[in-house]
Order: sequence, then C-alpha cells, then structure tokens
Amino acid sequence: MSTETMPARGFNLSKDDLGADILEIAMGPHHPSTHGVFRMDLKLDGETVVDLKPIFGYLHRNHEKLAEDIPYPGSMPFTDRLDYLCGMTNNWAYALSLEKMLEVEVPERAQYIRIICAELTRLVNHCLLIGFFINDLGALGTPLLYALREREKILDLFETLSGARMMVNYMRFGGVRCDLPDGWLEECKRIVDKFPAFLDEYETLLNENEIVITRSQNVGVLTAEEATNFSITGPMLRASGVNYDLRKVDKYGIYDRFDFKVPLGAHGDCYDRFMIRMLEMRESIKILNQAMKDLPDGDIIGKVPRVFKPAAGTEVYGRIESPKGELGFYLVADGSTNPYRFKVRPPSFINLTALRHMCIGHKVADAVIILGSIDIVLGEVDR
Amino acid sequence: MNNFIDHKIIELGHWVVGFFDEYPLLKLVVQILLYTLPLMLSFMGAFAFSTWLERKGLARIQNRPGPNRVGIFGLLQPMADGIKMLLKEDIVPEESDKLFHLLAPVMLMVPAMIAIGFLPVGDGLNALPLDSAILFFFAIGSMNTIAVFMAGWSSRNKYSLLGGMRAVAQMISYEIPLVLSAVTVIMIAGSLNGQVIVASQQISGWVGSGDVVKEFFGQILGWHIFKPWGFAGFIFFFVAALAEANRSPFDLPEADSEIIAGHLTEYSGFKYAIFFIAEYISAFAIAGIAVTLFLGGWSGPILSGLPWFVIKLFSLFAVMIWIRGTLPRLRVDQLMGYAWKFLMPLAILNIFVAGFYYFAEQQWGTWVALIGGWIFGFGALQLAAKGLSRLNKSPLLKGKRVYQYAE
Repeated sequence: MSTETMPARGFNLSKDDLGADILEIAMGPHHPSTHGVFRMDLKLDGETVVDLKPIFGYLHRNHEKLAEDIPYPGSMPFTDRLDYLCGMTNNWAYALSLEKMLEVEVPERAQYIRIICAELTRLVNHCLLIGFFINDLGALGTPLLYALREREKILDLFETLSGARMMVNYMRFGGVRCDLPDGWLEECKRIVDKFPAFLDEYETLLNENEIVITRSQNVGVLTAEEATNFSITGPMLRASGVNYDLRKVDKYGIYDRFDFKVPLGAHGDCYDRFMIRMLEMRESIKILNQAMKDLPDGDIIGKVPRVFKPAAGTEVYGRIESPKGELGFYLVADGSTNPYRFKVRPPSFINLTALRHMCIGHKVADAVIILGSIDIVLGEVDR
Repeated sequence: MNNFIDHKIIELGHWVVGFFDEYPLLKLVVQILLYTLPLMLSFMGAFAFSTWLERKGLARIQNRPGPNRVGIFGLLQPMADGIKMLLKEDIVPEESDKLFHLLAPVMLMVPAMIAIGFLPVGDGLNALPLDSAILFFFAIGSMNTIAVFMAGWSSRNKYSLLGGMRAVAQMISYEIPLVLSAVTVIMIAGSLNGQVIVASQQISGWVGSGDVVKEFFGQILGWHIFKPWGFAGFIFFFVAALAEANRSPFDLPEADSEIIAGHLTEYSGFKYAIFFIAEYISAFAIAGIAVTLFLGGWSGPILSGLPWFVIKLFSLFAVMIWIRGTLPRLRVDQLMGYAWKFLMPLAILNIFVAGFYYFAEQQWGTWVALIGGWIFGFGALQLAAKGLSRLNKSPLLKGKRVYQYAE
C-alpha cells in the first residue's frame, strides 16, 4: 500500500472534500522549520491538515552513482555529507560494510576509538534534535542555543581529532585515520563528565512544562505495529515501544562489551520521541565512560590491502545504529577497484515515509513538530 | 516634593504657551502640538530603547552577548536598524490589493498612538483626559484586529491569510477576559477616568498625613494588585494583554516556525518597520493600562509621578521579554480553549469576588475585607481554577511519564 492512497486514521479524503474551502499551501522548500530544503504540500481545512504530500530531492547530489565511478576509499569523504551532522557514524557504516566484504580485522584500540566517536556523535545529533524540537514548538531559540552550546564542545573535540568539525573523514577501512592527540582523552572525559548536568538542567526546564506536554503528548502517534510496517528504525521506532537497537541486535564493533540499556517509549507520540532521545543521551554517556576507561594501547589500523579489489559478484550489506536509525551501505563488487553498485539505506529518508500518516487530522503547528520529531537531515534524505 | 517633575513639566508647557498669548490661533496649534508631540516622540524613544532591551535581554537569556557593535553596549543598534529599514526596498506583491496593503500599517499605527493618549503618565500629564478613558482605550485598542486582518488579506499570501485568520480569532477571544478583568477596578474605583483610578489606589488617610512612614506606604499598599481580586485580575489582565499584543507565548499570528511571519510575510522595508513600531507601542499601551489599573499608575513613594510610571512600564515590559525568552508557543485550539474555557469564567467569578469585597469593606471595614477576601475570595478563585483545569484537561494527557528500559 503506497502512502499516496493509504487512508489515514479516521480520515477518508473524497473528491467532495477537496472543494473550494480547502486551502492548499506549499510549506517549503524555504521555510523556517522544514529543516533544510524539504517541501510539504499541505491541504488545510481551516487549520487542520487533511492531506500532506512530502516533496524532496532539492538537495540530490548523485551520491550513489558518483560512488560507482571512484575507488572504494574515495567515497569515504562523501559519506560525511550524507547526514552532515553525524559524519563519524556515516564513516563507520561505510567502513564496516567494506570490512565485512574484505574480512579485515579491526584492532582493539581502533574499535574503542570508533565507539567513543560514534557515541559523541549521538550526543551531537540528539542535542540538535531536542533543541530544534523545542524551537519548532515556538520557544524563541533559548533551548536551542543551550543545546548548541553543548554540541559546540564536542565539535571542538572532533576538530582536534580529525581537523574538521563536521566533515570529519576520520574512519578508514580497518581502523581510523590517526591516533588520539595528547590530552584529547582528558578533555573528552571532562566534557562527558559535565554533560549530565546539562541534561538535568534541560529536563527540569522542559520535561514537565505544561505547554510542552499539551503540545506534544498524543500528537503524531505511531503505534508499534504501524512503525514496524513503515520500517521505521532508530529512536523513533523505540519511542513506539519496539525494542530494536542494532547495537544490541547486531553487536557490531564491540558493543557487546558495554553495559547499557535501551529506553523504550509506550505511546509513540512526539513527547516520547523527544524523551527517548534525552534518555539515550544518558545511556551514551554510560558507554563513553566505559570506553574511555578501558581504552587499550595498540595499533589504530589493521592489515589492509593496498588496493581494494573485492572478488567479482560479492555483495555485502553493512549496517550500524546511527543516531537517526539504521544506516546501511549495500555494496556489490565486480572485481575492479570501484563498486558495481553502491546503495545507501538512509534512516531519515525511510522514517520520513510515515509523515503523512502521522500528520493527517492534526493542526498545521503539529505538522511542524511532527516533522521535527522525525529528525531528518536533507543531505541524507536526498543523497 | 511629591510629583514635582510632573508639575515642572506642566509649568514648562504653560511657559511655552505663554509666548503665544497674543496670537490665539497659533496658541491653539502650539497647545495641540504640546499635547501630542512629546507623547509621540517619547514613546518612539521608548520603542527604540525597548528593542535594544529586548534583543539584549533575550541574548543574555540565551547565553550570547547580543548587539554590541554599534555604540557602547550596542545602544545605537535601534538607530542602525532604523536606517537599514528606511533604505530597504519596499516590495509590494504583484497580486496584492495595493491600497489596503499600504493602509494596513497605518491602520495599526494610528490606534496605537491614540491609545497611548489615554494613559495617565503622571499627575496631570494626560493627553486625552476623558471621563470614559478606559472604555475608549479598549474600543480603540480592538481596532488593530482590523489592521492585522487587512494586512493578512491584502497580501495575497496563504501564510498571511492564515496569520490574519489566527489574529482575528485570537484578538476577539482575548478581548473579553481583558475587559472583564478590568471591570473589577472600574467597579471599585467607580470611574472610567484614568486619573480617578490612580487616585483610588492611594490610601487617602495616609497620603498627605505628614507621617513619613505612612506617606511612604500609603503610596504603595493601596495598589489594587495587593487586593485579592486585584491580584487575580492583574494576572488575567496580563495574560490576556500578552495575547492582545501578540506577544509570546500567544504570538500565533506571526508564529515563525509555522507560518513564517503570518500577516507580516509580505511586508518589507519601512512598512514592516511601521508594523514593528505599532506592535511595540500597543504593547506599551496595554502595559501602561495594566499599570494604571492594578499597579497604582504613577503613584509611588519619593519620585511620585512620571518616573514611577516609566519604571513600572519597563518592569512589565521586562517580564514580557522574560516570558518570550522562556516559553514555547500554544496551539490554535489550545489558545482559544484557554480564553473561553479558563480565563473567561475566572474573570467573571473575579467580578463577584470584587463585589463581595466592596460589600465587606462598606460593612465591616478594610481589614476584614482584606483578610476575608484573601482567604475566601482568592480561595474560591483558586478552587475554580483547579476545577476548570481539571475539566478542560484532555483525559489522554498524563503529564510526566515513566519510561521502560530494555536490556
């Protein structure tokens, strides 16, 4: 059943309903809160959304086709530009798929560094999400800037580590590009230790705020069944109450060594999606503390061939739990140095498919916060 | 010593008018200008200062320095903004209704300017000292609904239209609790005249008694906000005033994260600046009327008169900035529900509380009325508020939730 014809909950749109009193409005591609160049074609009955058509592709950069014309390592910097907020996890997902194809061993130290970077990225992403979510609710920038302040510290860490704040290009097949600089770990520890204080502050300010509760509870509900049918992944799926976290399911990298839990929502509304991110940040801090304590010495890159030439016909699908959901890279080799097929499974693109279903019957203002709670980055949606 | 600043200003005015005694027609013109120009110019100055204050205050709330490039502490920023606005191209949409597109900002500006004329800014300083000033104020104040809708309709932009629709619904709804909460003061003071209302907030036996302590507190403790119905009324009035002035968290007509800028979407250059000025001045006007009705107007110890009015006005404005920097926005249906299902019944109940207070004061004296009012009157209001919020609350909303963890 395509999203186009699927009757949304309790609302059957017939042709008679689309009379003169329906207001069609194109929200985007330049609109303050569509999070990039995304467009929602809304049909409004007064303020109520009766139909919604998501339109994207404004940021299409030919990522998949481009990767077929360059050697395997050459695509690594391009993956940064997919979800440009989470360069580290994108790098890792791509590295992981090729490592799977070539069966390369990753040294211990590199594994730990990867986990530290990935969890820091999760903090960055969730910080931005909670900030922008409250901003979409109408709080004039204050919660957003508080969240950005914390994000900035982690971006500084990335800068000292890789030379870039967002386009990190840090992971390599079989390891990472360079070792941690002197004093980096201490600085990281200091920032991570202070992070829970920020979360506490944020929670006291917003979690029980009457306006936040009335605006976001029971808005954009996605039940567990619907969420799995839409193949939603990531925090959005867990907010609907489905226990599915690739860090627990696949145990890629060395995630099986860490002690952390997966927070689950029960209602699947915007408030749950917001809260699950808050709780996930606390779990990420747990992982970070364990990883920084156990970080071993050793190599940062394993034994990798000089030229990557996987055997013709090999296919591989490598996936990780990126902050937004399941990020997968599907590679088909034809025996040359370039991939024959390079396919990305972007979490925010697939999570976006549920948008129409969640928005119909709600108000315009709700459509904005539902879009905000999905957590999309257009670089990843359009590729 | 009391009110000497106000008296000096009035003396200055008489002195200036005195020059034109021989030319009666010119004298009239000068008199009119003296009544209007200082008021308009000082409120324009207050507007410029308040934009700086708002930007700086919001910036400090948000952990950033705010404007600090132009002049010391960025104090000249409003001037730079003004020049920028003047020099900007004025874009009028091709399909718009050009006449009304032009008239809408003027239509908003004029009532705002008239409204400040009704404010008793000091002892004897009142540009339009009508006996029905408060009534006129609300009548003029509600005209800005038309202007906002004109802007929304004539722009021929769907966001503008949505903003205009929201503005009409919101302003008409909040007008009712606004007026109802002001009615209590009018009942007690027995007048619609601003100066009489201010005078009713001075404890008559204490002011002018010569005793320093009594003189001091006589100017404060009589404010209506210290009475049970006045306290509740002030809160209702202030909430409704926020909605009337399109201030956060009721800034739905120009909700930037939803409908871009609402009715302002198609305005640019100086027309936009006029909208901006008019909105600030109507916010000032409504804050000024709140000061007059509940916070003792210009009365206050030591610097009684204009200085106290300015202090109170900017304090209320600072609270508005604080709220803007803190709270998320309400949704349309919640906003309307809040006005009709919550504020209005409470404002009506408050009128009864004020009535009983007045009766008790007549019968048993001020102290009994005050104590009884705070215990029974305010208790009744609180009980009603609790009951109403429970009635209005959707059964699906649970408040804080507890989350499960999976291993």
